[in-house]
Amino acid sequence: MDGSKRLRFAVDQTLGVRRFMGWLNGRFIVMLFCVWAPCVHADRIGDIVETTIFEQALRFFTFSDPSLRYALVGAILLGISCGVLGSFIVVRKMALMGDTLSHAVLPGVAAGFLWSETKDPVAILVGATVVGLLATVLVSLIRQTTKIKEDAALGLVLASFFGVGICMLTRIQKLPNGNQSGIDKFMFGQAAALTQQDVTLMFATTVLTIILIVLFYKGLLAMSFDPAFAVSIGLPVKAIHYMLMALLAFAIVVSLQAVGVVLVSAMLITPAASAYLLTDRMKHMLVLSAIFGMLAGAIGAFLSFLGNNLPTGPFMVIGASVVFVLAYFFAPKHGVLTRWYRHLRRRQRVRMENMLKAMHRVMEDRDFHGEGVSVKELATLRRETLEDITRTVQEMVRNKYVTLGEAGNMVYFTPESFNHACRIVRNHRLWELYLTNEVDYQADHVHEDAEKIEHVLGEEIVRKLERALDYPKTDPHGKKIPEVRDMSGLPQEIATGYGKGRN
Amino acid sequence: MDGFVPAFDFHRVFVEPWLSDPAGYAWIAVMAVLVTTSCGLLGCYLILRRMSLVGDAISHSILPGMAVAFLLSNSRDPFVMSVGAGVAGLLTTWIIENIHGRTRLKQDAAIGITFSSLFAIGVILITMYAGKVDLDQECVLYGEIIWVPEFAYVELAGIEIAPQPVFVMGVVTLITVVLVVLFYKVLLVSSFDAGLAGSLGYNPRVVHYLMMSVLAVVVVSAFESVGAILVIAMLILPGATAYLLTDRFPIMLSYTVVHALISSLLGLHLGIWWDCSMAGAMVVAGMILFLLAWVFNPAQGLAWRPFRHKAAEAIELPGAVLPE
Repeated sequence: MDGSKRLRFAVDQTLGVRRFMGWLNGRFIVMLFCVWAPCVHADRIGDIVETTIFEQALRFFTFSDPSLRYALVGAILLGISCGVLGSFIVVRKMALMGDTLSHAVLPGVAAGFLWSETKDPVAILVGATVVGLLATVLVSLIRQTTKIKEDAALGLVLASFFGVGICMLTRIQKLPNGNQSGIDKFMFGQAAALTQQDVTLMFATTVLTIILIVLFYKGLLAMSFDPAFAVSIGLPVKAIHYMLMALLAFAIVVSLQAVGVVLVSAMLITPAASAYLLTDRMKHMLVLSAIFGMLAGAIGAFLSFLGNNLPTGPFMVIGASVVFVLAYFFAPKHGVLTRWYRHLRRRQRVRMENMLKAMHRVMEDRDFHGEGVSVKELATLRRETLEDITRTVQEMVRNKYVTLGEAGNMVYFTPESFNHACRIVRNHRLWELYLTNEVDYQADHVHEDAEKIEHVLGEEIVRKLERALDYPKTDPHGKKIPEVRDMSGLPQEIATGYGKGRN
Repeated sequence: MDGFVPAFDFHRVFVEPWLSDPAGYAWIAVMAVLVTTSCGLLGCYLILRRMSLVGDAISHSILPGMAVAFLLSNSRDPFVMSVGAGVAGLLTTWIIENIHGRTRLKQDAAIGITFSSLFAIGVILITMYAGKVDLDQECVLYGEIIWVPEFAYVELAGIEIAPQPVFVMGVVTLITVVLVVLFYKVLLVSSFDAGLAGSLGYNPRVVHYLMMSVLAVVVVSAFESVGAILVIAMLILPGATAYLLTDRFPIMLSYTVVHALISSLLGLHLGIWWDCSMAGAMVVAGMILFLLAWVFNPAQGLAWRPFRHKAAEAIELPGAVLPE
């Protein structure tokens, strides 16, 4: 991308994201009203044991349960902040930095807990952010001062910090009041344990994340796609990098209680990766990723509510993974199945165009006399069996390329398909001529190449070829190259076969 | 909170365990050494092939394999578990390659998506069938190395040899060592120069998949003692520490074994001192060794940095470990 385009791209995206964020904020206020509105007391999620799945689902959708509302809003908030931040780490190819960070904050969580002596979310947030930043600094320090590569450095920091965290955590559980701390919920997450204070904190960090990303959007974008460019225009790359890391640590920490240490990295990577498969533009990716994160969060909260007291984290991850699998197969541009379908369509088109060309050839050989072309003539020309030809012809009838005679053995052009056939033949012959005249190919070597290129030459290139070859009349084999005049409709007496037969 | 770090008492930490229950602590120590050695040896190759995080992925994603194997066979036979884990390991590798190869996502994202999804499935399976599956969240996270001596002893020809997990881990370690020795050249060449390996007639894909399945089997045997997540520490810490200390691959392998020995024993005593998860304490011990190697290693230790000339450093900075 050149400079001006890049700038336009960035500005364009900032505007789009701003518009979206405005919309989002509106939504949030409504949601938060729902949460804080005075509400009837209901049981905690874990208390209900004797209900059917259906009743549970009903309870979920009536939103009568305050702890459920906290859980749902919390899940949605974390989905948004993880989705937005995850987009940056996925495009920067540092997805596993997210994984490392999410495991490495564990000692910080334990330290915050020890410091405040309760499960105070702010103390835990501070502890975990400090430790998270320490972990990112250590990863870059190990890379700079040793020969250890990035992957091993990430693994080292992840494992060591997590080991320290496990030691502290198991130690806390042996302390007098450590056992009922609920700190074990930080492992796999329990959205039902979210309190109003937690949700407020999540809301604050989500808003902070969105504001900072909108403010520093251009810098983040430049740094993500072209770090050298970012340095050259004087952006404080290091500062922006650590800001992103700090935001990541925030997002991870506030998500811990709902998703758990082990799986929070999935909420960073998977929604963003799904979005990456669906779009080529960063602003769309951010929005999609936030939506997928929200969706995964809500699905996780719902499923974990259905089965009593199941951990929330794994279900959110499954929700995110389902979205990813769908994107993997069906993404309009990059999906595996859509690409495969496009490939099949292209092969079908080539097959049909080759048959049109063969029909043209048969007609040409008898100076365009006679109405249609018989299946047998086509089979002789293409050296294929009658069955193969019939199958392709039927395919062409279905796609309205040709019509078939009553007896099923005569094939007729439609006006459009005759033009199409002429275009293909002209592409083929022009290209052959171009190869012999301009590229010095031997006349008997050009056919293979032209066979392939004839299907993909666009109008513009054809015009250029014609100009370069000075509007030629015949190809290297002495055959006539169809002209525009020929294509706009043949004299009626020649093309009598038009549109005959059944569709 | 008071009493978070218990007072250090040399007698209580280092002497008493060996007086009160020598056999029990000996088995724990042996188990720890076996786990760390077999993981560490494989880890050396992972580090050199820059695939450390594939090891991380596999250690997470064998969980559903084990859970499904257990639910299908209803036994916790180590062989069945290994088969389940092996299949899960191969599946993980295959999914990662598919995502990485067929979309524009890079390997890191592919790894992240794959292992977290599989791990989530595993956690859901073991929570939903909590009554039936003899695995729980605690075990997944911390491992149960202190319960090792409680297991029934394996008998061969009427002689009690070792508690069952130690015996299994011993066999797995033996197999790993034999494989590492037998395939030393193949692994080395394919780690450093995939092109050369191909021209010598080794199929890099086959080597890769074989290594991943061996890794899955080692990880599943280590799983019960150290848990799914701390396995990654056992895989990377010994090899990375050894890598800092030497440029020669055979020496790196032997340093790995030394690291395994020291970190296991030190970890055992740290665990007794702090009265916390034994596996966690072993990781902390391994981390301490790594930090020492990082700061004081003779070639490029942090401690000597201020005394060295930039130019000298530039010349001495080694590239890769050279094969013999």
